[in-house]
Amino acid sequence: MEKLTFKLTKKTITVFVVMIAIGLIALLYGVFGGPGPERVAANLLLNNYYFLSLGLIGLFFVTVHAISESAWHTSVGRIGEAMAAFIPVGGALILLFFVLGGLHAVFEWTHEDHLDAILLKKTPYLNEPFFYIRSVLFIGVWAVMAHYIRKVSLQVDHNGDIKYFNRLRTLSAVFIVFYALSSVVTSWDWLMSIDAHWFSTLYGWYVFSSMLASGVAMIIIVLYILKRMGYMEHVNVEHLHDLGKYLFGFSIFWAYLWYSQYMLIWYANIPEETVYFYERHKNFEGIFYVNLILGFLIPFFALMTRKSKRTFSVLIPVSVIVIIAHWVDLYLLIMPGAVGGEKSGIGLLEVGLTIGFIGLFLLVTFWTLTKAPLASKKHPLYKESLDYHTNY
Amino acid sequence: MNKYLTAYYLDEEDLLKGLKKIMSKGVEVSDVLTPFPVHGLDKVLGLRRSRLSVVAFAGGAIGATLGFLFQAWVFTRAYPINFGGKPYFAVPSFMPVTFELAVLFAAFSMVFAFLISNNLGPGSKNIIHDEQITDDRFLLVVKMDEENEERIKVVENILSDAGAQGITLKA
Repeated sequence: MEKLTFKLTKKTITVFVVMIAIGLIALLYGVFGGPGPERVAANLLLNNYYFLSLGLIGLFFVTVHAISESAWHTSVGRIGEAMAAFIPVGGALILLFFVLGGLHAVFEWTHEDHLDAILLKKTPYLNEPFFYIRSVLFIGVWAVMAHYIRKVSLQVDHNGDIKYFNRLRTLSAVFIVFYALSSVVTSWDWLMSIDAHWFSTLYGWYVFSSMLASGVAMIIIVLYILKRMGYMEHVNVEHLHDLGKYLFGFSIFWAYLWYSQYMLIWYANIPEETVYFYERHKNFEGIFYVNLILGFLIPFFALMTRKSKRTFSVLIPVSVIVIIAHWVDLYLLIMPGAVGGEKSGIGLLEVGLTIGFIGLFLLVTFWTLTKAPLASKKHPLYKESLDYHTNY
Repeated sequence: MNKYLTAYYLDEEDLLKGLKKIMSKGVEVSDVLTPFPVHGLDKVLGLRRSRLSVVAFAGGAIGATLGFLFQAWVFTRAYPINFGGKPYFAVPSFMPVTFELAVLFAAFSMVFAFLISNNLGPGSKNIIHDEQITDDRFLLVVKMDEENEERIKVVENILSDAGAQGITLKA
């Protein structure tokens, strides 16, 4: 008998709650005992942004396959929807973070009394009211759309009417257009404006590709946990192969955008642009190369063969490595500007806070998974998904 | 001297069913020619996975190495030029050429490995068993020994039992 309804055991909940507790302890340690408020604020922003983006990628994963009408993803679509349930939580947390002083601790442009000529020119865009309007608008629309897409997707399963299938496709198309614009703008607002003097036109895409790779890695990990618990029996090795291909491809895509941005700045050698990488070379040299090895070289060589994409024993370590790699990537985007080379580092605060956020993210995801059957049996493409067969 | 016994089906489902029957009776089918790729055919025939990807990786690795080393030699030893104050051994600027040569070598090695292993390309001679294999026929070919006429009869019977049409023996 196939287990379709997911039940959270007390043991699993305890594990997640303990992880959240570790995060809270690390936060208290950071605020009262340790490394200073700037570092705490930068870390909160990092984790908030990271896990909010993972939730968004979950929704992106569902919607992009809904408009392409691909069959295979219906077997794992529930995981993407469950990850999307973190959007309101993560969105509320990041807004709370900005309101409770995070904005001033991290962003130099908010200190209006000492802005230089370059930053004064940017004030029509970079000012607090407009910043809050944009943030609230984007988070609000994301949360509302996530809610409706989930609702329609459940109706597809409940009812099986083609009407809901088509409505899901329309909603998905709207979301993708909105997300394409908003993901870029939020990456400017929440990450690039830390180094407000500097800009890169590729930045939004670069951050998006980074989140895309780690989002797919997260889907694979959640799938693995569910399989270990004895659920998701309808997901076979062909679906796993496709997820592996995504992880492989998006890792290359990330490296491609990383290189495209770095190469142009390095070659043109204009001081106002190179200052960004100068800082990262000078004070973050080790982690700068670690990022490339973890994010590109390891997934590239480990996932090259067909067999490695079809076995969990390779995919899971690589997924964990990719998730770490893009955490490191965000670390490199945020820390040099927000904290600086001397004060920043990876210690108890960083590790503890990240564990806390992972616990919260997984708790929300798994709690949402209990709300609906794990397989969307009445989905028009479900049968096709089970017969799916991939060769290369 | 070898001869080829050929027979065809008009539908891929019939082909798969018939092939299973024929192979279970101990006939070694040497080739199946179809107008389009048939799912599951390689499993029925017991074919190994293509090793073309290994060739591609080797070709790509050789291309990348050669491309990188050549640039390193040119820009540090043979003809060093100062480009805008960059170091002579400037790894980021070597990457595009290294990447392109990796792709080029991988592609060429795949094309030539494919041609050689399938006996195709200029100068190769292949028998055309049936002209309609590019249109609507799913042809199977069994290599036979000319002298062993009894065996030919037996195989012919097995083929017609399995519903194959147009059984012919050709040189």
